[in-house]
Formats: sequence, structure tokens, C-alpha cells
Amino acid sequence: MGKFIFSRAINSILSLFAVVFVAFLVIRLIPGDPVMQMLGIHATPQTISEVRADLGLDQSIPKQLYGFVSRAMHGDFGTSIIKRVPVSSIIETRLFASLKLVLFSILISLLLSLPLGIISAIWQNRFPDHLVRLGTMVTFAMPSFWLGLMLIMLFSLKLKIFPIGGYGGNFFENIYKLILPAVTIALYLAPQLTRALRSSLIETMHSGYIEATRARGFSEWSIVSRYAMKNSLVPLISILSINVGFLFSGTVVVESVFQVPGLGALLVQSVLTRDFPVIQGLVVVFGVLVILTNIISDIAIASIDPRVRSPRAA
Amino acid sequence: MKETLTSSLQSKKLLKPHRYMKQMTLWIGLAFVGMCSIAGLVAPIIAPFSPNEMNLLDQLQDPSINHLFGTDEFGRDIFSRVLYALRLDLWVVAVITLVPLLVGLLIGASAGFFGGKIDTLTTRAIDVFMAFPLMVLVIAVIAITGPGLMGVFIGVLSVGWVMYAQITRSEMLVLRNQQFVMAAQALGYSSSRTLFRHALPNLWRSNVVFSSSDAVLNLLLLSGLSYLGLGVQAPSAELGSMVAGGQQYLVQAWWVATLPGLVILLLGIGFSMVGDGIADRLSL
Repeated sequence: MGKFIFSRAINSILSLFAVVFVAFLVIRLIPGDPVMQMLGIHATPQTISEVRADLGLDQSIPKQLYGFVSRAMHGDFGTSIIKRVPVSSIIETRLFASLKLVLFSILISLLLSLPLGIISAIWQNRFPDHLVRLGTMVTFAMPSFWLGLMLIMLFSLKLKIFPIGGYGGNFFENIYKLILPAVTIALYLAPQLTRALRSSLIETMHSGYIEATRARGFSEWSIVSRYAMKNSLVPLISILSINVGFLFSGTVVVESVFQVPGLGALLVQSVLTRDFPVIQGLVVVFGVLVILTNIISDIAIASIDPRVRSPRAA
Repeated sequence: MKETLTSSLQSKKLLKPHRYMKQMTLWIGLAFVGMCSIAGLVAPIIAPFSPNEMNLLDQLQDPSINHLFGTDEFGRDIFSRVLYALRLDLWVVAVITLVPLLVGLLIGASAGFFGGKIDTLTTRAIDVFMAFPLMVLVIAVIAITGPGLMGVFIGVLSVGWVMYAQITRSEMLVLRNQQFVMAAQALGYSSSRTLFRHALPNLWRSNVVFSSSDAVLNLLLLSGLSYLGLGVQAPSAELGSMVAGGQQYLVQAWWVATLPGLVILLLGIGFSMVGDGIADRLSL
């Protein structure tokens, strides 16, 4: 297992460098003088040269790259042009809101998709299955910003159960205020998990060892919960890990709808205010988050399914 | 033999008894997408008002016979704007779905067919691009180009091919060892003839099925970016930016944000149903 984790980590290093390189390109590819683009025409020559030095733009390209990579590895992405504080400290204050939102969304989608997937698989091609599949098709095609607004209209403006948005001061307030945003993201993720669980459960339910348990007279429910579920979890986890990128994409939109002070909303604001050091930092952080989750899910899959960690597969 | 196999499959419920229903899925989906496409195509003919025509006396009017979807805060007719928005959204989605499909198909097929260094390079590139949330990368590109469609095109076109390449590559690896491909090679056909005339026609199926859910995602991406103010810019009518425009009038004029969003949903469901229908027809 240790060997598996090690080889998986080595593979990710390349992706990590690529992520940092793309972030490096963000400023260098701006047409014209990037510093002028950021500061506008009214900037004083002194501020321009300060920002140029801070971004390392006064050096040669290889030196810039080396400097950027080595500083990025220490979490140093320079200073925000708008807020005049280190980018890392801005990201740090906002990271947990996004992480809480993503984890909460995953939890809600699992709570939705586990029962729905099982119902759909047990009653395959019958009424409950059709209903679940129709429901998942509809929620998958819903634009999350629109769904968010509809939830606000119903639960915040009409029924006044949940707040319109925000984040709150302590953990319980956080959870309460993140319910609607998390449901919005979960309604996008849950359909995919439900479909994956349904098809893998159906496949497992036709395999020999399940037929054998069925022949011994176990009830469908105990077959599913005790024997079929474990084998069907692997596709569920891989679908989840494939979707982590989309989940973070989802936070970009949903945080803006519900005014959650997270990384996604920060990214949008930074693009609109042309705060490039923050954009660079966020590109790296989002990339690292996706890479980390993929490693974690690979390890989870390997610990459930021993075939994965055999040397041939690794 | 065939009959026994069929009956045993039927007893295991592997053969789907709901063939007609599945066919219906495809047709209903095609009807949704077709209706929206035609509406977008003939928008200049059937739209009752000009999409950007402001009428400050008609601000935030309820849906009525005169204004089917009501009017927005500038008194513009929302129905007419939706028609023009469909026109814009559909052609952008078509470009950012079909171009990556073709590029990914070619790259994936070549990587799987030739193997060696081309394959290693392609797999590495796929791994690297998969590490990014698509939206974050597209937004990073928009940060460079400035808000607008240009950034959406560059961003999606530079990453969108990855999934298609991955699907095609893994199928090509299997196909490469099939007898008909080996026969074509044994007959001395050139690599390009074997690849394009013999292997490629067998690779488009799963790509076409994936492209329909990709179209849903691209539609959501485009409208999402426009909602955030990073995609299509005002005053051009775009479904996502229309939802954003109506956000502050949710209480007094629900239709401004709700109806354009419903159209996105309808179109998205249409694409999904087409994908499900095709998948079933091809028995994937």
C-alpha cells in the first residue's frame, strides 16, 4: 500500500508543476504591458515599477519562472494589487468557507444518491426507477445559478426558513447559512452519483455470488446492503473524484449567487478587478485541491479494492 | 443458441423491455433541441420586438398576450430576447462542443493507434489538463483576454478535447488488436488509410454520446460565465446574463430571472434525452 501511495504521489508532481506553470503564464500572456493593464493609465511610475518588481517582471523569463516556482512552492504569490495584502493570507481566510461548502455538498449528495441509486437498481425499469431517472435528468440540466435563485425565492423570500446568503461567524451559523448553497451544488452532483451507483449495482446484482446469496433466501435488502454495496462503491468514488473539478467549478458560481466568502467568489471578483496576483494564487490552489482529492480517492479505491494496488495496475 | 441466449438475458432483465419508451426519450429530446434551434434560427422573423428595444413605460410588465414572457427592468420584451439568446447560445455551444469532439477524436485515435512517444505525450497532457477545474481554467483565460466570448472560446477549445481524446484512446487501444485493423495493416494499407477509413468509423459512437452531455455542461458553463459577467457582455441577449439581470427583481418580477432559466433547463434536458436515446439505440 505504501508503494502504491508513493507511486501515485510521484505521478502527481508533474501535474503540480503544470498547474504552477499555467499560473505563471496567466500574467505573461496578457497582451501589452501587464502592469499597465492592471493598474490603469492613472498609475504613477513609482507604483508601476514597484508592482513590476513585486511580480518579478523586471527579470529575464527563465529567472521569472524559477522565482515564481520556488516562491509558489512556499505558498508565496506576491501581494494583491487591490487589497495590498499578501495573496496567501487572502486565500487562507477564504479557503475554509469553500472547503466546508464542498464537503457539505458531497455529504448531501451522498445522502440523496445512496437511497435513490439503490431504489433505482432494485426496481430497475419499473416506476420508482423511471421516476428517479427523470428526476436526476432534470436536476443535472439545471443551471446552478438559476436553481440557487429559485431556492432563495422559495426558502428565503417566501417561506423565510433560510437566509438569502452570507456565511456567519461560528461553525453552526456556517452550516445553517451554507445549507441552500450546498443543496444547489448537491443537486448537480447527486444525479451523476445516483446513475453510477444504479448501473454498478445492477451489474453486481447479476453476478454469480449475488445469485448464490439470493438462492440462500436472503432478502433483496440485505443482499444489497451486506454484499452488493461494497463492490458498487468503487465506481461511486471514482465518479466523485472525476467530479471534484466540476464541484470546485460549481463553487465559483454558487458562492457568487449566495455571497459566500469563498475562493470561487474571490476568483470572479479578482477577474473583474484585474487583480492578477490573486488569480495566479487561486489557479494554483484550485489545481492543488483537485490533485489532492484525486490522490485521496485513489487511495480510498485501493483500500476497498485490492486489485487496484497490484503492481500491474499501479 | 441465439434464442436460449435471448431468453436467459430476458430472464436476467438485461434486455431492456422498454424499447419504445427509450425511442420516445430520443424523439422528445430531439423535439426539445429542434424546437429551440428553429426558434433561434428564425428569431429575426418571429420575434415580436427587437431584443434591445427599450421602452421605459413598459418596465417589469407581467407575462401577457402582448409580452409572452413579460418585460425586464428596461421594458425590453423577454420573449424576443430569449429567442435571440437561443440563437447565440446554440451556436456557441455547437462550436465549443463539436470542435473539441473532432480534435479529441483525432488526437486520441492517433495516440492509441501509433502508441510509443505520441501516446506517452498525449497521456501526460491528458493527466495535466484533468488536474484543472474547467471553469477555473476558462476564467484564467478570460482574465487574460478580458470578459467576452473570446476567452470562452480559447479556454474551452484548449481543454475541451481532453475527455474525447481519453475516451477515443482507450477504445483505440482495444481496436488496434482487432482482426480487421490487423488485416488492413497486413494488406499494406498506409497508416492513415487504416486509421481514417477502417478504425475511426468505429470510434465515433461513445464520443457522440459523451458530446450530448458535454453540450449540457457547455451550455451551463457559457450561461454560468455570462451570469457572472465574464461571458457574453451586455446588451447582447444571453440566457445566463438575463437571469443575472432579473436577480434583483425576484420579489416584484419573478419572471425576469425565472423564464430564461427555464429555457436553459428545457434545452439541457433536451440534450440529455438525445444522449440517452442515442446511447440506447447504439446499445452502449
